Amino acid sequence: MSIRERLSGNEAIATAMRQINPDVFAMFPITPSTEIPQYFAQYVADGKVDTEFICVESEHSSLSACLGAEAAGCRAVTATSSAGLSYMNEVLYVAGSSRLPVVLAVACRALTGPININHDYSDSMAERDSGFIQIYGENNQEVYDNYLMAHRIAEHPSVRLPLMVCEDGFITSHAIENIEIEEDDKVKAFVGEYQPENYLLKKENPLAVGPYGVSGYYMEARVAQAQAMINAKQVILDVAADFEKTFGRKYGFFEEYRMEDAEIAMVIMGSSAGTAKAAVDQLRKNGVKAGLVKIRVFRPFPGEELAKAIAHCKAVAVMDKSEGFSACGGPLFAETSGAIINLDQRPKMIDIVFGLGGRDFTVAAALSVYDRLAKIADGGEVGAVYTHMGQREK
Amino acid sequence: MENDMIEIRWHGRGGQGAKTASQLLADAAFMSGKYVQSFPEYGPERSGAPITAYNRISTERCSVHSNIYEPDFVAVVDETLLESVHVTAGLKKEGAIIVNTAKTPDEIRPLLQGYEGRVCTIDARHISISNLGAYFPNTPMLAAVVAVSGCVDREQFLSDMEGSYRHKFAKKPQVVEGNLKCLRQAMDEVKG
Repeated sequence: MSIRERLSGNEAIATAMRQINPDVFAMFPITPSTEIPQYFAQYVADGKVDTEFICVESEHSSLSACLGAEAAGCRAVTATSSAGLSYMNEVLYVAGSSRLPVVLAVACRALTGPININHDYSDSMAERDSGFIQIYGENNQEVYDNYLMAHRIAEHPSVRLPLMVCEDGFITSHAIENIEIEEDDKVKAFVGEYQPENYLLKKENPLAVGPYGVSGYYMEARVAQAQAMINAKQVILDVAADFEKTFGRKYGFFEEYRMEDAEIAMVIMGSSAGTAKAAVDQLRKNGVKAGLVKIRVFRPFPGEELAKAIAHCKAVAVMDKSEGFSACGGPLFAETSGAIINLDQRPKMIDIVFGLGGRDFTVAAALSVYDRLAKIADGGEVGAVYTHMGQREK
Repeated sequence: MENDMIEIRWHGRGGQGAKTASQLLADAAFMSGKYVQSFPEYGPERSGAPITAYNRISTERCSVHSNIYEPDFVAVVDETLLESVHVTAGLKKEGAIIVNTAKTPDEIRPLLQGYEGRVCTIDARHISISNLGAYFPNTPMLAAVVAVSGCVDREQFLSDMEGSYRHKFAKKPQVVEGNLKCLRQAMDEVKG
């Protein structure tokens, strides 16, 4: 039986970590860290886990310590946010290329500047090419569930890639909401023990991790890594199917909300999708055929599947909660455009950058986006493809 | 928005516990079987700076994750905020504002920029100091908000809170009675 609880996103992730009882948790304990290691430290002090809990002097070091542990065959985790994730940047790439399936919880927040502590996806989107799998949650329940699935995906022999479980900073990380927590023994049984094929000091097959890759070998390693990210797609679906069978909650690459006959739709991520669902419900009551696709898995990007999901729409707004400074749209827009490029019939598409640095996204704001889409769907001008929303004019 | 949903906005100063009060209210509503949200609006953390926290309480899960602009109820933990913050902004006429003050509702109303709805006051300082010997405004404020909003049944609220206090203060059972007295007195003495 699930346990009815109320927890913040950070508590939900810390709870999942306690249930999984990883071998190593290395963390930088000061801002911009999250509350996750704080909760976990309490579990360590209370003897609820036997994890090796290591305080280090920076995020660069926390991930490095995790990689050392992973290379030795341990299951290692850490958590960070914002500038802390940026400070890990170099080591994120080492994790991906060394095929070390560390799981990293990220409370997604803005990057400087101006200096800001609030939510957007500046930090995680900046690491989209690092080789990490990225899975995003709309609320604390999804973040918890994503975490329960994370290790199995990352550690799967055909994947062996690091994975980020992304929650929305403050909006999800600090908001207390109802949640269904699963029982400890069921979680342990679902996640299982980590049994790596190879690790540093395995007697039968000692391993070198992170060697120099001359031009004659580098590309082969990168192609193998790219193939692992492709392989991750099937594993993500398989683990989600088993999760549904075990715990009853269904997940895919994305959630299609009232998309079946939708003529206008948003492609959106995280907590904002929940807010936009309320707008969709209102519009549906008035007979407007609105829907939305909430992207859950951003890496690997489910391009083919997304194209199928939105192909029948007349107009689609891609909602980017980070500014990529490409001068032609944010990262989610780039991926979505790429996904539909070869469709014979495809929707008109616009990109809206919104919600930067915690700028609030309301049901009314979502309605205004659908209003614009309805005009485009009716044959109106597409207008500027790449715009920003919610900023003051002066 | 669901019809049965209650939305509440808390105003306090950093360090006074408005965020904690919103969490306690979420706990109380959760225990009564409701779906809850409790979330603070974060800025640079400075002791004494005005802060805002929010609650949504409903019978179905709420997917909206924006701030609350048209609350049903507003709770003001520190009355000096009435001078600097437009605490009644967007507050529904059919709702109410609950202010922590020794003053009466009639004395507070002129400070509320023309708010036409119900004005309630609660002397959380007096209640807290007389029952707990120290100033913890959260407990009386929580009870006043429950009494005015009706978001949780009174008897269920008191019995759930007693269970919660007995658990929380398992090693300090002497403070349970004082906290319960705070709750009851605040529910009885809230004016307006």
